[in-house]
Amino acid sequence: MIPELGNLALALALAVAVVLSVVPLAGALRGNHAWMAVAHPASVVMLLLLMLAYACLSWAFVAHDFSVLYVAGNSHTELPLVYRLTAVWGGHEGSLLLWLVMLGGWTVAVSVFSRALPEVFTARVLAVLGMVSLGFIAFTLFTSNPFERLFPAPMQGTDLNPLLQDPGMIIHPPLLYMGYVGFAVAYALAVAALIGGRLDSAWARWSRPWTTAAWLFLTAGIALGSWWAYYELGWGGWWFWDPVENASFLPWLVGTALIHSLAVTEKRGAFKIWTVLLAISAFALSLLGTFLVRSGVLTSVHAFATDPERGAFLLGFFVIAVGAPLLLYAWRAPRVRSVVSFELFSRETLMLANNVFLVTAAATVMLGTLYPLIMDALGQGRISVGPPYFEAVFVPLMLPLLLLVGLGPWVAWKRADAAALARRLWLTFGVAVALCAILLLWLWGQAGLLVFVGLFMALWIVLSSAQGVFERLRRHGGLAGLRRIPAGFFGMHLAHVGVAVLVVGVTVVSAFEIERHVRMAPGDTLEVAGYEFRFGGVREVAGPNFDAIEGVLRVERNGRYVTTLTPQKRYYRVQREPMTQASRHPRPWRDLFTALGEPLGDGAWTVRIHFKPMVHWIWGGAGLMVLGGLLAISDRRYRARRRDDRAIEGKSA
Amino acid sequence: MHPQRKRRLYGVLFIVIGVGIATALTMTAFRENLLFFFSPSQIAAGEAPVERTFRAGGLVVEDSVRREQDSTEVSFELTDGAHSVRVFYDGILPDLFREGQGIVAMGQLGQDGVFRASQVLAKHDENYMPPEVAEALKAAGKMPQHEMKQYQTDGYSRENDSDYESGYRQ
Repeated sequence: MIPELGNLALALALAVAVVLSVVPLAGALRGNHAWMAVAHPASVVMLLLLMLAYACLSWAFVAHDFSVLYVAGNSHTELPLVYRLTAVWGGHEGSLLLWLVMLGGWTVAVSVFSRALPEVFTARVLAVLGMVSLGFIAFTLFTSNPFERLFPAPMQGTDLNPLLQDPGMIIHPPLLYMGYVGFAVAYALAVAALIGGRLDSAWARWSRPWTTAAWLFLTAGIALGSWWAYYELGWGGWWFWDPVENASFLPWLVGTALIHSLAVTEKRGAFKIWTVLLAISAFALSLLGTFLVRSGVLTSVHAFATDPERGAFLLGFFVIAVGAPLLLYAWRAPRVRSVVSFELFSRETLMLANNVFLVTAAATVMLGTLYPLIMDALGQGRISVGPPYFEAVFVPLMLPLLLLVGLGPWVAWKRADAAALARRLWLTFGVAVALCAILLLWLWGQAGLLVFVGLFMALWIVLSSAQGVFERLRRHGGLAGLRRIPAGFFGMHLAHVGVAVLVVGVTVVSAFEIERHVRMAPGDTLEVAGYEFRFGGVREVAGPNFDAIEGVLRVERNGRYVTTLTPQKRYYRVQREPMTQASRHPRPWRDLFTALGEPLGDGAWTVRIHFKPMVHWIWGGAGLMVLGGLLAISDRRYRARRRDDRAIEGKSA
Repeated sequence: MHPQRKRRLYGVLFIVIGVGIATALTMTAFRENLLFFFSPSQIAAGEAPVERTFRAGGLVVEDSVRREQDSTEVSFELTDGAHSVRVFYDGILPDLFREGQGIVAMGQLGQDGVFRASQVLAKHDENYMPPEVAEALKAAGKMPQHEMKQYQTDGYSRENDSDYESGYRQ
């Protein structure tokens, strides 16, 4: 009965979504306040119904209701409770339901936090979000229903993929989805502004915190996925340029461009059209990301041949979601043209360069990700694009961008004085060069030129940000002035420093990591980067739903005990799959990473031992970016100004 | 020229040059890093390039895995039913590497006709067969019946992040 209740809740949510997409829009058109006001309760009811559906599916997992096809395919009686709850989003259908709950959540958040916005505008935004929900609820209900029954019900489920039975996997998809879905808000704001024919700086200001919120969730999600791949997949890589990763990286790149473009649109009223296109693209790429990962198209484009319904539906949805705003734009274009002039050397130009680099990077990543799929669909044979392509293209695009990250915040809007700027920044730039030169002497011959370029960029960003914060504080009378400086200013610099920290991690680990694959018999030792690993053989251990063989590696440095690492080879009883569980000894400056390979007889095993210097800085940098984003959203400015807008709105109306 | 127009011209030039350089870089890198897939039959027929990286896939032949006693070197035969090719690999094989299992190996074919893999991929599902391998087997007319069914129904069965597992050589 409970699964049917979930199905009913989903169907009712569909009905509410129809109301939400039509009534407020009609109200906005006819100036009917009561109709527009429907948007708020409708959003709340839709969210409650979606949450009810989600709860019903969770209940089916908790109660081991294997008569539900989705539960039977993703659970097992021996699966621990926490993984049964997270198995809800372990597959296609359930993850769509999670997507929907989040979309409902964002919609309600917009409804709550936009009380200060003009009534007509809020009604339009919520209606657009309602339409997105409508599309996805229909997709879930008609092509990917998680409540579908299986008859006769099996006695046992086929268990959750062991790879997903991990704490990192518990929060990675929800964070990623929060990011994906969050861009729906920026999209809805842009579409609503187009409907109203008003792409002004107020619209840009409303969009900024929402876009930043989506972006920080996406950043956290991607970083967590990378972290999970690093420690869980057992081969010590942190980014593989795999289509699944690229699918989440594309909206991130465009979203980052959008954040910067929105700043220009708000402050200077420029780049309006471009900003709208970015808002639409960021959401379109989020849709593409969800679609690529969850539809099975990556496994084989021919997956669609077996289930054309889903493909046709998603493609149709995609075309409408992207095409409708473009048509709307073509209609509104004469009204939204911006006439803003700026000098060649100005903040605007640098922001434009930032956008060009980021969007080009996104385009190249997209080419490498989609080209093999297109060729395969056209029957041109199986091709794949290797990571060297992405590295060869991505690195040269990012280096000039990093230089701009340190420079951009110093350059004035509209017209900047290059000579004056040079006088203020030459010392900082010189210190970065000098520090890099010292590094060059110290590491002479051990690293390539690119390493020093990377480290220089990081130093430049950190020093320039530090100087920026220091000078601003001094101008406001030291620490006492802290409260008078907008949080967004600190948020920006913190995020930029996060980029620098990430760059340091990436540069150092790529240049100085040591990876050894060796055969080790009990008693054998191997020295890696000054650490001595002694293999003490293997022993058997048992987990809740797996048996494992555990290797014992004692690590010493200069004769002093460091740690004992116990990498495992797990055999999951139900899925009969072996899985490597790495064992690590993490420290801020390095990570010791070990994994068991295969038995070679006589107690000997192949063992993987990696020395990863500063690898954690990669995720630390991403963490700083997230904190920077949080600070930026908390800026009082966004809340304070909204009331002004309303006042202006009231006068002009 | 009007200063406003001159600025705009600079702006446009800047973008055109930037995008031009990026496109040139991209296309070069793209061409150099396209990895084609060849089946053992195609390799046997001499269709695969020599000393250029490509991907080869098939089933690991039963009892063909040979291991060096004192190193991590492994070699095994890869077949599509019609022909087979011997693959050498130095490193740790993925968890799901097993005899009879469909795998994809990335590497180069030497002048001596031996395939040296730099990476071996096996998918995280014991019933799963890499699509390339399934196609190669079908082309050779050696698709096992139950696998055929699996391949057709596999589309949506388990889509999880990072389905591939791999081993890298030093």
